[in-house]
Amino acid sequence: MKIRPYLYSLLFLLLAVVLSIAIGSVFIPPADLGRILIGWLNKATFSEPLKTFAFILTDIRLPRTALVLLTGAALGGSGAAYQGLFRNPLADPYLIGVASGAGLGAVLAMSIKWPYSFWGLMAVPAAAFIGALLTVFLVYALARVGKTIPTTNLILAGVAFGSFATALTTYLMLRSTGELHRAIAWLSGGSSQAGWEPVLAILPFLAIGLGILLLSGHALNLLQFGDDQAQQMGLPVTLVRTLILLAASLATAAAVSFSGIIGFIGLIVPHVMRLWFGADYRRLLPLSLIGGAGALLLADVLARSVMAPQELPVGIVTALVGAPFFLWVLRRAKNQGYW
Amino acid sequence: MLKIERLSVSYGTRRVLQDVSLEINSGEVVALIGPNGAGKSTLVRAVSGVIPVVSGKIHCNDINRPLINLIALSPIQRARSLAVVPQAVSLPPAFTVWETVLMGRTPHLNFLGQVSAKDEEIARLALQKVDALDLTDRRVGELSGGEQQRVLLARALAQSTPILLLDEPTTNLDLHYQVSFMETVSTLAHQDNLAVLVALHDLNLAARYADRVALLVDGKIKAIGAPWHVLTPELISMAYHLPVQVIPHPFADAPLVLPGKM
Repeated sequence: MKIRPYLYSLLFLLLAVVLSIAIGSVFIPPADLGRILIGWLNKATFSEPLKTFAFILTDIRLPRTALVLLTGAALGGSGAAYQGLFRNPLADPYLIGVASGAGLGAVLAMSIKWPYSFWGLMAVPAAAFIGALLTVFLVYALARVGKTIPTTNLILAGVAFGSFATALTTYLMLRSTGELHRAIAWLSGGSSQAGWEPVLAILPFLAIGLGILLLSGHALNLLQFGDDQAQQMGLPVTLVRTLILLAASLATAAAVSFSGIIGFIGLIVPHVMRLWFGADYRRLLPLSLIGGAGALLLADVLARSVMAPQELPVGIVTALVGAPFFLWVLRRAKNQGYW
Repeated sequence: MLKIERLSVSYGTRRVLQDVSLEINSGEVVALIGPNGAGKSTLVRAVSGVIPVVSGKIHCNDINRPLINLIALSPIQRARSLAVVPQAVSLPPAFTVWETVLMGRTPHLNFLGQVSAKDEEIARLALQKVDALDLTDRRVGELSGGEQQRVLLARALAQSTPILLLDEPTTNLDLHYQVSFMETVSTLAHQDNLAVLVALHDLNLAARYADRVALLVDGKIKAIGAPWHVLTPELISMAYHLPVQVIPHPFADAPLVLPGKM
């Protein structure tokens, strides 16, 4: 196994984590970060300003960083999986409409007054999951021509359905009062929730979804040859395809439920990883997870600091960087006859 | 040995194969010929299990094992008995030749696809057999059509199956690659005692490299036997709706089919 790609991407992630913890409305110098960390290990008590810093860390920065990290991993991983499933380097949870479908499901669930309980908290991701799945099947059915899914069809169907779902979502939000107004910022990718609660809530979904994806590398490799050849090499294609689709949609839905609709991470990260470290999905999936986490953390740091003290929704940052990148990939792919 | 009995296949309501019976012995190359739309590819796909059969039986056995009913097997079990060489079109370009050939080991691996030293040895041997060891580290997308076709043959050999199906493997190759590819297939079948069914468009390649030829027309087997018995003016004219002449090959013991009237 090649170690170097993992080493590089983990270093990148570490850097992003440190930046995300250090930078915000109050800057915490890396030296103080180190002191606090050592203090925690020794169970020491802090004096000012470390006391305030420690409070900011535990109550604001760390949970935020953890949530963004998990969201980025989910987007990177599911992006890589969708690209593999559709045999299409432009598939991305946002571009194929799955994120918007999940968002619609989430907002529908939010518009109902759930009792404040564990199941109330779970209703939103569950509805997002259903929304994501319905979208995948719909877009897949719309885009399919015989046994192939032409790229243009996939993106057109995805973008069209995505716009439709977003419009419906916006309508629902504007019509309602109170609770859902908050969701407007959420929908363009600003995590409106704070604290450790969303982090704990997202974990089980991601553990299942990303866990399955991490085991699917070999199967995705085989699927790159087309369903017929994959089956002739011994893969139970229908079963495996369904499983990967469910897992990727679960990860996307979880990301959307707690962090809103964030585009292009699932497109850029697997693409760059493929360019640098090759097309083997056994490597590409874990690398996309790590890279997605790092990339979204950096985008989140930007979102927090560009207009400080005001925050930009992180989805705006990823779109500003991601859309030009998408166009570049599109041109490059066309020139090289990439698919 | 591969034994197909009264196999019928439909696409929707259209019957594409009707009562096809065919037996391929170990160490034998059988060429499947017939006009476009006769059902050659359908037969390969049905036998390899990617489309369902309406009725009929497909059995296989080799020296070590008793007769197995292929239709009842799961994809992974079937892939241990039978490997397919598809046409080398739209292959994923970014995999290396080595990665591609190792994927042939799938039916012998776990779900994660972890390979052992033995698997790597088998893959290396497969590349050697098709004379493509020098391509090992190249990316598939950089290769010529002829080289890609060899890589796919190596991938099928790496599956270590007693049966090999080839679906028009020479269609996109130039003359040199057509001939050398079929030479390799024929040598492998006889040396390694494989049962080989190869769908071919080129009648003269079939005549030259197949031990027996099966003529498929409108989903039915019209004739089967030695090249001289099947590649006759009457049968070929009837199948292709075209007058043909058949003359002896100038230096090989094979018929040579020429379109047109004398």
